[in-house]
Amino acid sequence: MEIKIIKDVLEANNNIAEENKSIKDERKIMMVNIIGSPGTGKTSFILKLIENMDIPCGVIEGDVASDIDARKMAERNIPVVQINTGGACHLNAYSINKALSTLDFEGGILFIENIGNLICPSDFELGEDFKLAMANVAEGDDKPYKYPLLFSKAKAVVINKIDLLPYFDFNKQYFYDGVKTLNDEAEIFEVSSRTGEGFEVLAKWLKEKYDEYVQGK
Amino acid sequence: MHELSITESIVNMVSDEAKKRNVNKVTKINIVLGELTGFEEESIRFYFDVLSEGTPLYGAKLDFKKVKAEFKCRSCGMIYNRGNFTFKCPYCGSSGVLIEKGKELYIDSIDVE
Ligand SMILES: Nc1nc2c(ncn2[C@@H]2O[C@H](COP(=O)(O)OP(=O)(O)O)[C@@H](O)[C@H]2O)c(=O)[nH]1
Ligand SMILES: [Mg+2]
Ligand SMILES: [Zn+2]
Repeated sequence: MEIKIIKDVLEANNNIAEENKSIKDERKIMMVNIIGSPGTGKTSFILKLIENMDIPCGVIEGDVASDIDARKMAERNIPVVQINTGGACHLNAYSINKALSTLDFEGGILFIENIGNLICPSDFELGEDFKLAMANVAEGDDKPYKYPLLFSKAKAVVINKIDLLPYFDFNKQYFYDGVKTLNDEAEIFEVSSRTGEGFEVLAKWLKEKYDEYVQGK
Repeated sequence: MHELSITESIVNMVSDEAKKRNVNKVTKINIVLGELTGFEEESIRFYFDVLSEGTPLYGAKLDFKKVKAEFKCRSCGMIYNRGNFTFKCPYCGSSGVLIEKGKELYIDSIDVE
């Protein structure tokens, strides 16, 4: 006998993600889920970005086991919560739910540094306002072709380490074509978290998104 | 290892369903899996064998209906599937846009005894 089910495998996670949305909306937090491979520059990027923002910013640091990145945030008095997944390759909505309950932060942008991985973090909704996908010049221009789900879902796409462009054959056209095919609306930013290039433009865009977010609430 | 947590949800969801309906043996689980999710069938099977032990799901066959991502050419309008390292239209070589297909990950139905 066949029984029809038709249920999303990620249903349980998605329900908590919805709950997270209302929790963070009550606190006027715009939540940005940052996804990229290990070493792509997520931590350096967040630090540089916060230097350039003139609204309050907080961070949820996802890591498999360590708290090195969270300590870098805390040293600069950035409100931060560390989540250790104990091996899991992505953050889930439940872990964000717990983090939100311990983080003392409201009225600003909350960046989530997801676990360094391009597959699972794209599937697990956290209740974020949008995803920011990060690639970098050194890891190659084919990321959108290899990890299409992430780039199809991201509202913002960042190419980091553009200071290294002279040393790698990163084909920008190929990268942009891939992203635009998956996601015509995605905004693409080129930055260097080392030199700070590109952050002014990105910070301005984020501020606009935050203002729109607050007005919409 | 990416498939561990989704296989856990599959086992939990089907176990709940079986319990609710007083089913003692699930023989087959029909799953719809979109190409873009990046999850591999073989890894789901591997984790399933381990995680389903001792449940009414143990020994059930996993049947995957794969859904390919579809693109529509911006120039000639043809619908096509992607190539290995390109998203370009195979008919005219232009760029296309992704149609909302290929992101599926759901349990369609189960066969029970
Ligand atoms: N040249 C260059 N190196 C960078 C840039 N951003 C990050 N890095 C380096 O890349 C390495 C990994 O950076 P990190 O922020 O820890 O990456 P995460 O694992 O994604 O958090 C570090 O050695 C950084 O100094 C950049 O824009 N240019
Ligand atoms: Mg980091
Ligand atoms: Zn065409």
